[in-house]
Amino acid sequence: MRILTGNDLRSGAVVWWTGTYWSLHVEDAVDVTGEEDRVIGREEAARRVNAAYAIDAEIADGTPRPAHIKDRIRALGPTVRPDLTLKPADPAAGSWVI
Amino acid sequence: MSLLRFRTDEPADHPGITVDAFLEQSNSDAVRVEPGDDARALIPHLGRLRLIEVNFPVFGDGRGYSSARILREAGYEGELRAVGDVLVDQLAFLRRCGFDAFDPDQPLDPADAETALARWEEIYQPAADGRTPIWAKRHGAAA
Amino acid sequence: MYKYDHYDQQMVDTRVAEFRDQAKRRLEGKLTEEQFKPLRLMNGLYLQLHAYMLRVAMPYGTLDARQMRALADIAERYDRGYGHFTTRQNIQYNWIKLEECADLLADLAKVEMHAIQTSGNCIRNISADHFAGAAADEVTDPRPYAELLRHWSSFHPEFSALPRKFKIAVIASDRDRAAMRLHDIGIQIVERDGALGAAFHVGGGMGRTPMIAPCIRDFVPLDQFVTYAEACLRVYNRYGRRDNKYKARIKILVHELGAEEYTRQVEEEFAHLLTLGIEPPAAELERIAAQFLEQLPESAELALDDTDPDFALWVSRNTQPHKQRGYISAVVSLKPVGGIPGDASAEQMRLMADLAERHGTGELRVTHTQNIVIPHVRQAELHALWTALEAAGLGAANIDTVEDIIACPGLDYCSLANARSIPVAQKISERFAASGKTAALGELKLKISGCINACGHHHAGHIGILGVDRKGVENYQLLLGGSEAEDVSLGKITGPGFDEAGIVDAVETAADVYLRERSDGERFLDTYRRIGMEPFKEALYG
Repeated sequence: MRILTGNDLRSGAVVWWTGTYWSLHVEDAVDVTGEEDRVIGREEAARRVNAAYAIDAEIADGTPRPAHIKDRIRALGPTVRPDLTLKPADPAAGSWVI
Repeated sequence: MSLLRFRTDEPADHPGITVDAFLEQSNSDAVRVEPGDDARALIPHLGRLRLIEVNFPVFGDGRGYSSARILREAGYEGELRAVGDVLVDQLAFLRRCGFDAFDPDQPLDPADAETALARWEEIYQPAADGRTPIWAKRHGAAA
Repeated sequence: MYKYDHYDQQMVDTRVAEFRDQAKRRLEGKLTEEQFKPLRLMNGLYLQLHAYMLRVAMPYGTLDARQMRALADIAERYDRGYGHFTTRQNIQYNWIKLEECADLLADLAKVEMHAIQTSGNCIRNISADHFAGAAADEVTDPRPYAELLRHWSSFHPEFSALPRKFKIAVIASDRDRAAMRLHDIGIQIVERDGALGAAFHVGGGMGRTPMIAPCIRDFVPLDQFVTYAEACLRVYNRYGRRDNKYKARIKILVHELGAEEYTRQVEEEFAHLLTLGIEPPAAELERIAAQFLEQLPESAELALDDTDPDFALWVSRNTQPHKQRGYISAVVSLKPVGGIPGDASAEQMRLMADLAERHGTGELRVTHTQNIVIPHVRQAELHALWTALEAAGLGAANIDTVEDIIACPGLDYCSLANARSIPVAQKISERFAASGKTAALGELKLKISGCINACGHHHAGHIGILGVDRKGVENYQLLLGGSEAEDVSLGKITGPGFDEAGIVDAVETAADVYLRERSDGERFLDTYRRIGMEPFKEALYG
C-alpha cells in the first residue's frame, strides 16, 4: 500500500494522511495508491501539511507499517529516547521500528 | 509591479543582447549577463553601456552578485538591472551589490519590497552601494 | 569575551524581525516552501525527521554563564528540555515549532545570541580552538580574528547564495584542536619575525569527498586578512561548480583547478580588492581584541591532590594546561558511558553555568568533540569542581579515549541519515567501559557518522564508522587511520561493512590488534601508521 506522510506546517509534527485529515498516528494512515500526487498537491496548497511525500507500507498486526526504517522512526520517535516517542510506556514499540 | 527602478534617467527601451553578441558587434548600449559570463569582459566597454541586465535563472545561483559588484568596482554608472527569479528577500543584498533596478519574472508586492529595502539600517561590510560600514562608524566616520 | 555594542544588537534584532516577517509570509501562504526553505536555512531552521530543528550559533564555541542559562530556558520553554551540542561548536534543538521560532530568536537576541547563517549556502558560524585565550601553547588568542570574520561574513551581500555551505576555522597554535585543515578555509595565526600573520588553508572538508586543505599562502598580514578571505570567496562564488550539489564545495574547485591556479586567481582578485579599502582598520581589531583579554587575578599554583585516584584520573584526562600560573582548563565530558554524545539537559546546562561562575570566570566553551570546556579554573578549586560534576553525573574521565565518541544525530533525528549513530556509540562505550580496556587504549579518537555527509567526522577518526543503508537495513563501514589534528590524515575503509552488533565487535577487534602490536609510547594511530591496514584486515576478516 501507499501512504502519505509530512509535517504540520506550524508545529513541524510528523503527520499521516487519514483520508480526511492529518493524524499524528501512523495507525490512522490509509492507502492512497494512485492518488498520491493529487492529495499532496491539494493539501500542500491549502497549507494543511508541509513537505509531504508518499511511501510504501504494509499492514502488520492490523495497522500500517512503513517499509523503510526511516519512516518507522518518524512514526514513533527517536529510538534512543523512548520517553520522547509517541508510546513512552510501550516496551515493544522499539522492536516495531527495528 | 514589474520594473522597480532607483534611477532618474530614462530606462532603455530594449533588452540587452548576450555578452558574446555584444563583444562581437559592439554597437548596442544594452547587454545581458548570464551567470556563467565573465563580467570583466565588459570592462573595456562600460562607457557606452547604459543598461546591463544580470540574469538570475534561479534565485539560488549567486554568481550575479559578484558580476554586479565587479561592474560597479570597475566604475560602471549605468543601469544595473536584476532580472529573472528575483525574490523580495534578495532585494537588500542585490541593492548592496550595486543593482539599481529590478525586473523579476514574478511581480513583487510593492509593500513587501519597500519593507525589505528599508529593513537594514546598518551594514557590517562595504560593498558596491557606498554605504558606511559599522566598523567605520565605530571609529569616527560620519554616517 | 566579546560583548555586543548597539550596532551588533541592532543587526541581530533586525534579523529577528526579518525572520518573523518571513515566517509569517510562509504561514500566510505568500511564500512557497521552496522559496521559504533557503530563508529559514539562512537562520538555522531545518525541517528534520521529527520536527523543525533549530541550530543556534556559538561563535568560536564561546559563551558565558548567562547565555548557557538562556539556552537551558529555551530548551524548556520551546523544546523538550534538552539540546544537542554539535561538531561545529553549536547547539541544536530538535523539536521547535515554526510559529514559535521568532519568539525563541527574540529570547536569544536578549543574551546576544542568534541562529544567523548556521545553515544554508553561505558562510557559516566560524569555529576556533576551544582552549583559545587559555591555552599555554598559542601565539595569540585566535578569537578576535574569528569575531572580525564573523562581522565581515554576517549578511555579506555577495556571498549569500554560494554554490554550497562554507565553513571557516581559526586557530593560533601548532596543535590543531579545531580540525582546521578539514574546513573550507582553515586559518592559522602564526608569528614570523615578531609579527603575526594568517596562514590560509583552502579547500579542505569531509563529506563524500574528503580533502585536506593545502596552504595557499603561509603569511597574510593581519591588516589584510579580511580582504584575502573576500578574494578566496569571490573566486569560489564565481567559479565553484553549481551543476552538481555534490561537487559544489570549494574543495572540488581547488582540486579541479589545482591549488596553484586557484591561488593565482585569488592573488589576482586580492590585488584588485586591496585597492577598494574594504579592510576594517587596525583600531577595529584592537577594539575586539581588548574584550578578549582576561585579567585573571593571581592564583596559587597547587600540586594537584593525587590521593584520590578517581580525581587524579579525571585531572589527567579532562584538563588542559593554562597560559597563566595557578589556572587550568577543565573539560566536562558529555559522554557518560551509554549516554547520547553531546546531549545536555536544561539542568545540566544550568549546573555547568553555575560551576563556570563559581570556579572560573563564568566563561564556557563548546568543543568540536561535543564536550564543554570551563576555562580559567583556579587550580585550588579544581577538586571542588570535579566533586560537583561527579555528583551530577558529568564527571566522566574519558576525554580523547575510546569512550569520548563523536556521533552525529544519525537516523534517530536526521532526515539525511542512512543509519543510526547514537545507539552504536552507546554500545561501544558500554563495551569498553565493561571490558576495562579504555585505560590501556589511551588516546583513541572514535567518530561516527550516520551518512556520507560526515557530520560525525568519521574520516578523521583514528577509528571511524560510517553508517550506510544496505537494502533498507542499517550497515556500518569501519575506517582506520584518520586524524583531525595537526597530524591530519583521512581514514581508509577496512572492507565490507558490519551490522550493528558486528561493528561493535569490529571496533574491539581493531583495538585488540593495537594492544597486541603496539610499541612503547605508541597511540592507536601511530601503530596503525607503522604497521598498516593488513594486520587489522586479517583480524577483522581473516
